[in-house]
Amino acid sequence: MAINRKLKDDLIRYFFLVTAMISIIALGLIMVYLFLEGLPLFKTVTVSDFLFGRFWYPTADPGEFGIMPLIVASLAVTLLSSCIAIPLGVMTAVYLAEIAGPKTRSMFKPMVELLAALPSVVIGFFGMVVVAPFLQDNFDLATGLNMFNAALMLAFMSVPTICSVSEDAIYAVPRELKEASLALGATHWETIRRVVLPASLSGVSTAIILGMSRAIGETMVVLMVAGGAAMVPTSIFSAIRPMPSSIAAEMAEAPFRSDHYHALFAIGVVLFLFTLVFNIIASHIAEKHKQVGAATL
Amino acid sequence: MKKISAFLFAMLLMAGVAQAQSIRIDGSTTVLPAMQKIVEAYMKANPGVNITVSGGGSGNGIKAIIDGTTDIAMSSREMKPKEFDAAKEKGRVVKPVEIAMDALAPIVNPANPVTSLTAEQLQGIYAGKIKNWKEVGGDDKEIVVISRDTSSGTYEAWQELIMKDQKVTPAALLQASSGAVLQVVSKNKYAIAYDGYAYVNNTVKALKVNGVQGGEKSVADKSYPVSRPLFIILPESASADAKKFVDFIMDPAKGQKIIAEVGYFPVKK
Repeated sequence: MAINRKLKDDLIRYFFLVTAMISIIALGLIMVYLFLEGLPLFKTVTVSDFLFGRFWYPTADPGEFGIMPLIVASLAVTLLSSCIAIPLGVMTAVYLAEIAGPKTRSMFKPMVELLAALPSVVIGFFGMVVVAPFLQDNFDLATGLNMFNAALMLAFMSVPTICSVSEDAIYAVPRELKEASLALGATHWETIRRVVLPASLSGVSTAIILGMSRAIGETMVVLMVAGGAAMVPTSIFSAIRPMPSSIAAEMAEAPFRSDHYHALFAIGVVLFLFTLVFNIIASHIAEKHKQVGAATL
Repeated sequence: MKKISAFLFAMLLMAGVAQAQSIRIDGSTTVLPAMQKIVEAYMKANPGVNITVSGGGSGNGIKAIIDGTTDIAMSSREMKPKEFDAAKEKGRVVKPVEIAMDALAPIVNPANPVTSLTAEQLQGIYAGKIKNWKEVGGDDKEIVVISRDTSSGTYEAWQELIMKDQKVTPAALLQASSGAVLQVVSKNKYAIAYDGYAYVNNTVKALKVNGVQGGEKSVADKSYPVSRPLFIILPESASADAKKFVDFIMDPAKGQKIIAEVGYFPVKK
């Protein structure tokens, strides 16, 4: 009987091992392919011309492959959308977890989560036909398709992620921590600020990074509302062209294995490295502020 | 039982394909929508014929006809001397046939007072030298320049017909599709864009170029400057089936009629 149990245990273990290996190998292969298709570009263009060049004319003869404006655009729009989404997301999470009654919470939480399920093309369309003309008329702009519009739409997409994940983290703060704080005479607000938020910092920062990763990688929205001008933005109302929108707009018609094709994959590599850095920072913060027990606060 | 019948069905299918006359067409994505409609009509009229159409771009289509990997190529530009040489080197004689004309229209918002621009003005606007509508007879407002992304065939045609050796300014707003271009221009009073005539509708206003309104007549007599011929290219040794199909395309009552319906200008009436 004992052998039988051991065998069963081993089988289950191997089953999970194989499943995990399949997904890791698949991811690894995608990464290898990304690099294999991206690196041949550097036979014709130097890495510094690619990263710091200011002009993107991939189909001209000879082509120019400078993605500096694209990188700056991606970082700027992600930063701007984070400035909008982080306060909104985290404050909504605090409200839902700490202040709202159980009835309100059970009603609003699924609603916020449902927002995350909105297809990005719908949000992009909304930005294009509603928000762009509104910005154009009310701020007297040449065009409503700009960084601010894109940042608003991206914030709209990352708020549900930030809110939902932070809410779970805040809700999971041990009850005795709050009780101890209140027992010492702290008010509800002081408890939230000094006890609950620091205790859930690891989860909240993971939420923020997840939201930012979504914003930097999001393609459809920036393709539709960011304007698409490959210039380094000079104001928040500049039209911009982030990296994902270049890839999406041009991949379909770039001749297979041409310099242009390789350049688009090389942009993909840059984008991948950015997201990787984001995730490393996130896991670093999460590790540093890990809440092991009540004693660590 | 199910498996056996599926197998038999597959065999039948394969036998059918082997018997059917088959023509491969590859090339320009500009010609593609018209070609698909024509092929549909042709296959309906000739049930035994099997035609596959794919759009890999003009360059790829011409390359395929030179290499002999396709029967008919579609192209939205003339063949270059280099390409004729390459064909000759492989011992193939290829023949371009003009099947239609395509025209690009500069478009603005219907509320814009400007109705006509010269080709030089268009070039200046797209190169970023003319920045205000005032300079070309409009309101004192910044021009919002809208372009297609650099990979599109429409962009390529605009580059060739209007921009020549100039580059489109990096400040131009790039839109990924013809539909998006229309959407943006219809929402922005001070935007200018260009699109194939087939796409232009009443939400935007097509400008005259050099004082000439684009249309069937001005395109046919070449007085409208932003137009270009569309070609199919086939080898001289093309099969009788392929030649019969070309006759169908050139037939004013059949292929040419479909070309007009899709929004291009027919070359035979």
